[in-house]
Amino acid sequence: MAEFYTRMGDGSRVLMTREKILNDIQAGMADAVDMGGLPDLTPNDIEKLFEIISDKNRVVGVEPGNEVVLTYDIGQLDFTGDNGNSGNGVDVGRMESALLHERALGADTFELAHADYSIKPVKPVISNEMQTMEEIQNEIVAPYFYGAMPNAGLYYSPDGPYGNPADLMREFKIDEAMQAAEMTADHLARDIEYVATRLIAAGSDGFNFDTTASAGDADAVGTFKGVRALRKACPDTYINVGMAGESIMGIHGSIEFDGEIVAGTYPHQQVKFAQKAGANVFGPVVNTNTSKSLAWNLGRAVTFIKECVKVAEIPCHVNMGMGVGGIPMCETAPIDAVTRCNKAMVEIAKVDGV
Amino acid sequence: MAVPHFMASGMGGIRTAGDLVARMEYSKNMKIGKAKEYVAKKLGISTLEIGDEYIMRGLREELKIGVVTGVPGAPRGIAAKMNIEKLLDIKINSCDIFREMTKR
Repeated sequence: MAEFYTRMGDGSRVLMTREKILNDIQAGMADAVDMGGLPDLTPNDIEKLFEIISDKNRVVGVEPGNEVVLTYDIGQLDFTGDNGNSGNGVDVGRMESALLHERALGADTFELAHADYSIKPVKPVISNEMQTMEEIQNEIVAPYFYGAMPNAGLYYSPDGPYGNPADLMREFKIDEAMQAAEMTADHLARDIEYVATRLIAAGSDGFNFDTTASAGDADAVGTFKGVRALRKACPDTYINVGMAGESIMGIHGSIEFDGEIVAGTYPHQQVKFAQKAGANVFGPVVNTNTSKSLAWNLGRAVTFIKECVKVAEIPCHVNMGMGVGGIPMCETAPIDAVTRCNKAMVEIAKVDGV
Repeated sequence: MAVPHFMASGMGGIRTAGDLVARMEYSKNMKIGKAKEYVAKKLGISTLEIGDEYIMRGLREELKIGVVTGVPGAPRGIAAKMNIEKLLDIKINSCDIFREMTKR
């Protein structure tokens, strides 16, 4: 029986038969359907997914005419960062990095970023960031954002002014934990407005909120509130809201945005919060299970993202980095796996960008 | 990570019309199909051709909207973006600020 080289979720190679690949696609899909209350993929989708995964070529791509927008996150840190960001450890300047991405790496958009890639640490160096934004805007042609993680974790003890909900809950101080999360959400929203409006005054095309909700539901609510304030202050600015995971963790549990609890929501529900807040583009995430095959992970991820794109009123640029969007969770994601996940997201889930 | 994505499905930024399509997605919330149609109509070519490097390289130089290679005298940065504003009938923030700075 013919076998096909494919991957596991940790990136390692594995040989699988057609039957095994199809079984894993369906099992991954069933997991997403069960978790998110989503419709199944169609039989045609499943067959196409099998064809993409079992393609004999090392690199696959979309048909001409099916290209989508490639939005970069993390700015120059993909060159300058350490391996925590899969960075190359090459200390190039931010201007050079921006222009190389535009002119050599096919970037449809790019962004400026602080080394800590979080909203809070930008505040003390805001003038420096504004001046760099002004300089690069004079040279670059492609849409150029400022990017940062909302990263509400930096507002909790010992790094920030509020009690740490995880510590407080261990002491059964539930009300205090919830109050700390609520104060953090409001503080984060204020900081987003402070930082983003200044970068936009310096010429930024917009703001990319990366890994929203990485610290749970208060992180998400603080971000959505900050986005709403930013939209009010800068009606024409470009706003991208990208998520941290497929489901928002309920660290608070009942904190709401516009009267709705955000904890436990999935991409097709999260996009509605982003739309209401004022985002132009939404970046959904589906996490990779390292113990399952690429077929299982991609079947699952495409099922989640297809529904998100279907219900979205704004474009969706799916997150496809290490360990998300079906891509294996490893520092050097194999090219065969990356291009297969990419093609499946574009041609089956119908995303507007990556 | 970025290069495989670019090769698999990326429009290619200023190699083609990727930056223009991105601007329509972000400025008008257009989904990919509508954004490509809008840009193609403004450029007077098809939605397939806006992703074609051979066609877009010459057209971008002719329209003075920024090219991917180093061409002395070809507008880039703010100058190219001012031409993009006219082409796409949109406003670009950095151009607005530049105009404000040059007012007396």
